[in-house]
Amino acid sequence: MLAAIGVGSLDELFADIPESLRLDRPIDLPDGLSEQEVFDELSRLAARNRHAEDEITFVGGGMYDHYVPAVVDTLVSRSEFLTPYTPYQPEVSQGGLQVMFEFQTAISELTGLPVSNASVYEGPSACAAAAYMAKLETRRSRIVTSRGLHPHSRAAIRTHAAGYGMDVVETPLNGGGATDLDALAAAIDDDTAAVFVQQPNFLGTVEELGDLLATGKDRGALAVCAADPLPLGILKPPGELGADICVGEGQTLGNRLDFGGPSFGFFAAAERFIRRMPGRIAGETRDLDGRRGFVLTLQTREQHIRREKATHNICTAQALNALAGVVYLSWLGKRGLVEMAELMLRRTHYAREALGLPLINPGPVVREFAVRVPDLDDFMRRARAEGINPGYRLARDYPEYEDGLLVAITERRTKDHIDRLAALSARAREQVAA
Amino acid sequence: MSRDTVTIFERSREGRRAFTAPRDDVPQVPVKELLPASAIRERPAELPEVSEPELVRHYTTLSSKNFHLDEGFYPLGSCTMKHNPKLHERVAALPGHAKLHPLQEPEYAQGALCLMFRLQQALSEIAGLPHVSLQPSAGSHGELTGLLLTRAYHEERGERRTKVLTPDTAHGTNPATVTMAGYEAVKVGTADDGGVDLEDLRAKASEDVACLMLTNPNTLGLFDRNIEEIAHIVHDAGATLYYDGANLNAVMGITRPGDMGFDIVHFNLHKTFTQPHGGGGPGAGPIACSDRIEPFLPVPQVVERSGANGSRDPFFDLDFDRPKSIGKLRGFQGNFGVFVRTYAYIRSLGGDGLADVSAVAVLNANYLKARLAEDGIGEHLPIAFDRTCMHEFVLSGRGAKEKLGVRTLDIAKRMLDHRVHPPTVYFPLLVDEALMIEPTETETKERLDHFADVVREILEEAAEDPEVARTAPHTTPVRRLDEAGAAKRPAVRWRPYDENPGDPERAREAPASGSGAM
Repeated sequence: MLAAIGVGSLDELFADIPESLRLDRPIDLPDGLSEQEVFDELSRLAARNRHAEDEITFVGGGMYDHYVPAVVDTLVSRSEFLTPYTPYQPEVSQGGLQVMFEFQTAISELTGLPVSNASVYEGPSACAAAAYMAKLETRRSRIVTSRGLHPHSRAAIRTHAAGYGMDVVETPLNGGGATDLDALAAAIDDDTAAVFVQQPNFLGTVEELGDLLATGKDRGALAVCAADPLPLGILKPPGELGADICVGEGQTLGNRLDFGGPSFGFFAAAERFIRRMPGRIAGETRDLDGRRGFVLTLQTREQHIRREKATHNICTAQALNALAGVVYLSWLGKRGLVEMAELMLRRTHYAREALGLPLINPGPVVREFAVRVPDLDDFMRRARAEGINPGYRLARDYPEYEDGLLVAITERRTKDHIDRLAALSARAREQVAA
Repeated sequence: MSRDTVTIFERSREGRRAFTAPRDDVPQVPVKELLPASAIRERPAELPEVSEPELVRHYTTLSSKNFHLDEGFYPLGSCTMKHNPKLHERVAALPGHAKLHPLQEPEYAQGALCLMFRLQQALSEIAGLPHVSLQPSAGSHGELTGLLLTRAYHEERGERRTKVLTPDTAHGTNPATVTMAGYEAVKVGTADDGGVDLEDLRAKASEDVACLMLTNPNTLGLFDRNIEEIAHIVHDAGATLYYDGANLNAVMGITRPGDMGFDIVHFNLHKTFTQPHGGGGPGAGPIACSDRIEPFLPVPQVVERSGANGSRDPFFDLDFDRPKSIGKLRGFQGNFGVFVRTYAYIRSLGGDGLADVSAVAVLNANYLKARLAEDGIGEHLPIAFDRTCMHEFVLSGRGAKEKLGVRTLDIAKRMLDHRVHPPTVYFPLLVDEALMIEPTETETKERLDHFADVVREILEEAAEDPEVARTAPHTTPVRRLDEAGAAKRPAVRWRPYDENPGDPERAREAPASGSGAM
């Protein structure tokens, strides 16, 4: 090969790199290992993590311990889906492109909005992408978010907005753990580009979504709803309640916990925003012979065509995770999604009653609820000792709920699991009574 | 309509299902007693109703319509389509990784945090920069993080800078990132040797400039010999120097961005470090940076605390107490599943192995470049900048267009009939009819020779009858698609009442489909 190139040594190929910049020693990393040794090392590391089958977990806060069906694993591990690049050559990428089209259709159905892209990174950065789209659309410089929006979403909006130059204003929750409608409305001015709320909100409260989404309409602000897609099986779709944009975290749809990623984010919007959307969009078309086919469409929005005038810089997104999402939704099916959402709704309410602790959000909840636990440290310790992870300490993100515990329910948390958690809270209930 | 091209929604039949709900073991309270009427969905989402066998067949059939890396040669320039070791899927799927909740207390996630900490150390060593954040979700997210860090750095110094320089060879993500980060993108020209035009850079490196974003080797596959001078110019202007790591596969263990003078680097773990591309993600785009940038890194950082809890073992923790941090780019700690694969790759190869990867990647590219310069090919597809290349190189299809009457697009489409994936085409923009070829270290000499033979065959065929290439592909599940029609009347979701959205007459005139890099 060197002879064909016309050089005498491999080293000559690097002649353009100045001597002064050459690394004059090997990279300082441990020596390579055999496959078996790498497997053993990774297995040892993995064994030091307490995962969702090692304990009964009631931890949620944006990602949830759902059952991932075998059919998802089987299909997403196929090399044909796992190893291609983004479908730049549509004639040999019809599988991936059709998956995107089907994914977009499913997200459109869930959110009640006609246009979805083919995925963004994940939930919180999807909120930041929505804020950026609102800026491009309205040319305004202010974002208003409810404190019910996931703390990571609020943080991601703030971080990104520091770049594109927007102020972010946060409005409080009311005494019942729902968005304070008056405070939200009062925060919206004529320079407000978008208003963000979440359904259900971070505490699991089912928000009065229609009222919240209407608050900014007369001031010309876009209404953005972040949503968990599974409860949307029974909750009114944000698009029907006036949302201009609906974004969210897709982990709950057939994706693993993976210590936080990769999962996918979704981004759906009203028709008039189709040319301002971020990310890939697949569209249906015909080939030269009139056969049905799919392509990446409206690419003039995108960075590889429009460069500095692009609507977003996103390139690699989460195609494989979105595939898991649409396979999962097809596995659940039209009726299964409703059954799943109803199951979660009933168990959430059952658990809240069974625990019998003071409620932070006493109104309707789904998938999650927040309670006050006297001597939370002691409760956590006792629960852990019994192999139960009872929930997420709210004070990490909400100092105002100092003794708050956020308890998440999935279809994997049975009545028996819930009853065991309730039995543990007996001492806490007594402390409340005293 | 082709029998195969049916969406999952059209396969739906009322009452079919794959899912059986777990036993609903709590009291059967009606939904309307638990939710206000205003919140309840009136009509179920129209998801498909299919049996499990039909579900499996549908997506298996779709999968068969994808060309993929496990099937054959995939020389997409700047995309680094290298083999995805199968071990990585196995270790990423270990329950301790796959079923670990991101809000698990650090004390119960020591394996994951240890892995992340060690990966930070390894990436730091590879980049030659002391600090790493694993958080960004992909390369472009890493770029954005880099510019947000740059902004925070300058703001702390009381400086307000408004421009960011990007060479005209830059990936499209660079200028798009500049705009998103609130800066004005200013283009820097390319010199005759394919490197940055130093005169142009000097003229534009004013006090308004916050950063120069550079890929080295650049998208032409050329190492910029003036990189030290470039770093001087940029730093003298008080700007930061940002390294787009998309092309890092060329230089691992040979030279390091930090040693070249870069302040911030992103890694594409889905390029250089074998995370499978998944048909468009997931990826991950960690960044490395110098000491002066470190205070602004995102939260949380993975840190090692020795002697915690009175123990002699190191304790790995998430550090949120970073007052100057730019904040969070996304939820939780980043794409951990990608970190597991990257870590497995680095452990498999070790330091020497990584250097070998780059050496072989560069060898393969230069060998294929030489093969494609042979008589019968080279005159039709001349090299854009005739120098020793690094991991990739760019040919121009102008010879073929003028002498054979076939465009780069036609050549690319004809490759599909030979079951090789075409290179990146029509990028970089400054090369007429560009083909950007990156073979990676994965390929054997036989694979490279086969590709050269395919290119020769296509050109010889075009000399005889250019129409074959112009109407290619002929053997794929579909032929050329009407992209203009798709964009004009977008049909982006299935509807039962959709009519034929595309016009087959226009497919032939479609613009450079498949163009665009990365």
